[in-house]
Amino acid sequence: MQDVNWVALSIFVALFAFITWLGFAAAHWRKGDLDQLHEWGLGGRRFGTLITWFLVGGDVYTAYTFIAVPALAFGAGAVAFFAVPYTIIIYPLLFLVFRRLWHVCSKHGYITAGDFVRGRFGNRWLALAVTVTGIVATMPYIALQLVGIQVVIGALGISGTGFAADLPLLIAFVVLAAFTYSSGLRAPASIAIVKDLLIYITALVAIIVIPMELGGFAKIFAAVPAQKILLAVPGPNTTGSYSGYATLALGSAMALFLYPHSLTGILSASSGHAIRRNAAMLPGYTFMLGLLALFGFFVIAAGVDKLPEYAAGFKQFGNNFAVPALLLHSFPSWFVGIAFAAIGIGALVPAAIMSIAAANLYTRNIHREFINKNPTDKQESHMAKLVSLIVKVGALVFILFVPTQYAIQLQLLGGIWIIQTLPPVMLGAYTRWFNSWALLAGWAVGTCAGTLMAIATKLTPTFPLHVGSHTFPGYTAVYTVALNLLVAVVLTPVFNAMSAQRAPVDETVAADYHA
Amino acid sequence: MMDAQKRRGGWSWWYLLFVIQFAVALWPPLYNKIEPTLMGIPFFYWFQLLWVIVSAVFTAVVYFATSD
Repeated sequence: MQDVNWVALSIFVALFAFITWLGFAAAHWRKGDLDQLHEWGLGGRRFGTLITWFLVGGDVYTAYTFIAVPALAFGAGAVAFFAVPYTIIIYPLLFLVFRRLWHVCSKHGYITAGDFVRGRFGNRWLALAVTVTGIVATMPYIALQLVGIQVVIGALGISGTGFAADLPLLIAFVVLAAFTYSSGLRAPASIAIVKDLLIYITALVAIIVIPMELGGFAKIFAAVPAQKILLAVPGPNTTGSYSGYATLALGSAMALFLYPHSLTGILSASSGHAIRRNAAMLPGYTFMLGLLALFGFFVIAAGVDKLPEYAAGFKQFGNNFAVPALLLHSFPSWFVGIAFAAIGIGALVPAAIMSIAAANLYTRNIHREFINKNPTDKQESHMAKLVSLIVKVGALVFILFVPTQYAIQLQLLGGIWIIQTLPPVMLGAYTRWFNSWALLAGWAVGTCAGTLMAIATKLTPTFPLHVGSHTFPGYTAVYTVALNLLVAVVLTPVFNAMSAQRAPVDETVAADYHA
Repeated sequence: MMDAQKRRGGWSWWYLLFVIQFAVALWPPLYNKIEPTLMGIPFFYWFQLLWVIVSAVFTAVVYFATSD
């Protein structure tokens, strides 16, 4: 690997020190009693439109996204751009469905999806299924954020063997764990502002400067192999890459706000207006993500993957090294320091929110439901703080001792699992028609089928569905959530007929779902 | 059943803008082409980026046209 880049490293460390201070200082921001779970774990539901924009932006557009999407464009081409339609269609869902969820959660003091499902359907086992799915899907996601930090630390030229090699990651991790523990959601909310300013500066400068250095977009695209520029046109009797592209976008969009960390970001907003405004403002990030995806082609045009000084990085991190290598190749050291800090800090923000979200879930829907039914506020918030630490240690151990490939594959499975909570959570926001046991059966069928289909396709996201002589390749998550829903619809009248209790338990009323 | 009535009561024709947003974004044959290019960028890329902006404008229109 190349020598240590001292200028870049100094700027990187200075910015990290600044956000560490900020993370601790955040405890005093919009001050609340951090011994209450909704204060620690939801920032007291006090964030207005702008802070929600930064917070949800930090949730959705993570460091891993900024590394992996261009890496996919570099390796596979046009298909990487599915991230754009994906992050277009999430916002109508946010606007319509999650605004309703915000209202009902705010009225009843719900902190998690598990809380909502428990209240709406009165079935603790369905709530448990939603909770466990949320925690299990979140863990590999946190691990992937640490991969993002690992890549930029490696690109700064820091290498070593054994313990020394892992030391920078350990330091970043301790910082993350400490400020999350002490400040709760206020820490990532305040750091998200710094992170986004850095990311926007980096993206805007790079999207102007690099194409100029490379002689314009026409030249860049001329350097990209033709089969990478467009999706392959499907042959006869198959919808080919078209249905793959569209279902990847659709399934990812349906799954996104079901992830605990996304919901935590949404529920911390101070009003339904803030959510609706954000649905119109958050596409700002989507635009930037689309520009960043093009970096994958800049890498091809600049030929950095062929330069000997980056060979070791590509060998160690694979295509994920594409963006760091491009930045190192195109910019002076001081700017590289800013850009890498943006990616590194961009990993801490979602990692913090994810660990808080998982902690909220465990505390509310497992511990309080099944272990200690009447905790004091203080016991509850302490439990959450402790679990946020455990979750992060788990992710760290995973990254240090298990090959990165497993984290990526588990994250893929996580997407298939989390979408199975769509019927109780998203449809539950509209209707109480479903029988809760039918929903649980649908969840179980969808989860098992999804896992088996993913294994059958060797852990790739698209499944070739054969109907007669036609093939419909599509995102496994979409097919299995349809199956899940079918099971829930068919079994609902069956279970209702079998059950003596006709009147459904529902502690919410229609008026709770809007202003 | 109360909910179903509430939802129908909450429907707005402005939400059709969201349907357009979805349909275009999820129909790759519409934009999977190179020409016309814009500043050397193939249609596939600049159209989807443009659609981000159009979608944001649609959402803003719905925001101002409907209530919470």
